Amino acid sequence: MDPFGSYKFAISARATNNQIRKKSQDGGIVSAAYIHGLESGLLDGVIVADKGEDFCAIPKVATTVDEVLSAAGTKYTTSPNLSVLKSAVREYGCDKVGFVGTPCQVQSIRKMLKYPVGYRHVPDKIALIMGIFCMENFPYNGLKTIIEEHCGIKMEDVAKTDIGKGKFWVYSKWGDVKTIKLKDTHPYEQHSCHVCMDYTAELADISTGSVGSPDGWSTIFIRTAKGEAFYKAMEEAGVIEIKNIDDVKPGLGLVEKLANSKKDNNGKERAHRKEIGLPLPY
Amino acid sequence: MVKVAHVQLSSCCGCLVSLTDTYEKLLDVLGAIDLVYSQTLADVREVPDDVDIILLEGSVCLSDHHALETALACREKAKILVALGACAASGNITRFSRGGQMSKPVHDAFAPLTEVVKCDLAIPGCPPSPESIVAVITAALEGDMDYLEPYAELAKYGSEACGCDLIVKVINKSLCMGCGACAAACPTRAVTMECGRPAIDKEICIKCGACSVQCPRIRFPELIEKIE
Repeated sequence: MDPFGSYKFAISARATNNQIRKKSQDGGIVSAAYIHGLESGLLDGVIVADKGEDFCAIPKVATTVDEVLSAAGTKYTTSPNLSVLKSAVREYGCDKVGFVGTPCQVQSIRKMLKYPVGYRHVPDKIALIMGIFCMENFPYNGLKTIIEEHCGIKMEDVAKTDIGKGKFWVYSKWGDVKTIKLKDTHPYEQHSCHVCMDYTAELADISTGSVGSPDGWSTIFIRTAKGEAFYKAMEEAGVIEIKNIDDVKPGLGLVEKLANSKKDNNGKERAHRKEIGLPLPY
Repeated sequence: MVKVAHVQLSSCCGCLVSLTDTYEKLLDVLGAIDLVYSQTLADVREVPDDVDIILLEGSVCLSDHHALETALACREKAKILVALGACAASGNITRFSRGGQMSKPVHDAFAPLTEVVKCDLAIPGCPPSPESIVAVITAALEGDMDYLEPYAELAKYGSEACGCDLIVKVINKSLCMGCGACAAACPTRAVTMECGRPAIDKEICIKCGACSVQCPRIRFPELIEKIE
């Protein structure tokens, strides 16, 4: 099975801007791309998953650097990013919209581009589609149970969450760091994630995620001509620092391992669903 | 040249406005076809007998024999009959009609075209976007049946369209991952996202079908994966 989908090339990178790196999850690639887009005029509006009250995720149209920075970081809960796509075009009047989403959301926006039944004058306004690596997601109350019941930190006190080294990490605003084994979070995943065969956002222009690169760096797949042009512009502007993906540890091998494990496990789940007569997207 | 007609039954002209809203692309479309009948765009009184594609907008008033005759005649005259827009595809807001309205209080029964005659394609949405209309006409001209397959399927089974589809076909089947495509597609803002799932205000839903048609977790044709 093809683990990554089609792509032109892969690299390891991080944002050169310290301010971005301080606020972002890993290499700050999405923030760096968005900020470069807004500042250079390649984008005039970007969709972000902003932090709402009690660490919930809220989709938002950001048009300024500050808005992008305040939304930086992963939330590990659902943020219906497509739901604000039309308002980006209608209410904010954006002509060059940047979109970021999980692999399923990237599939969703690709469907919108090909079959835009309810999206009048939106398709030609999508300037960049970024995808983030994703194994699964939690509904907000699932995340809340993990953080409050298992880790003993109140949602209102959460500063950052992270997944790494087989654990789910919670950092509180007061400096506490709590963890739970990743396998203990499985019961709180949303089941709909288990029909998804896409780990690396295979339909995005540019996909990124921490896996495969050292701490503080991100792995990037450049997949389309549009993605390549945008990446080149970022490289030329010096907003990202780059390393050859073959020179970094743990490298693409780990991404491949995780992508294949998602495809294997969810392939089995899909076969099981089919066997018991449950529908699958077709 | 391919002969195309645009015919209206019980509708608001919104689909026609959407077709013309393609701006310069409309010229490409009109340049590629021979528009043989369209009440607004062409000065012709009768739908000719031999038409390649008829775009029929609106639902069929079952209390009006003229409407039924027009629907049947269009089916006979068209090689490809397209139910254009939600009224023709799934009934849309005319589903709520129960008579009493001016100027014909006795008109109390409306059915989507897809329930009255066999349609080849149905494009839901109120109105469908100009882009989707152009894409369907272009694909029909090119005979791209792979692309048209979802629209052909909607012509057969599309008549239940409403926000409830999201609950029954997606959420109840544990398929919804909360992307929000449905909420953005809804023309009346009847769909909002609550806790990462669509919530439907039935008072506002007009049964246009845009939400469930746009959902990638019901229908995800393989050709979407060809991104370059």
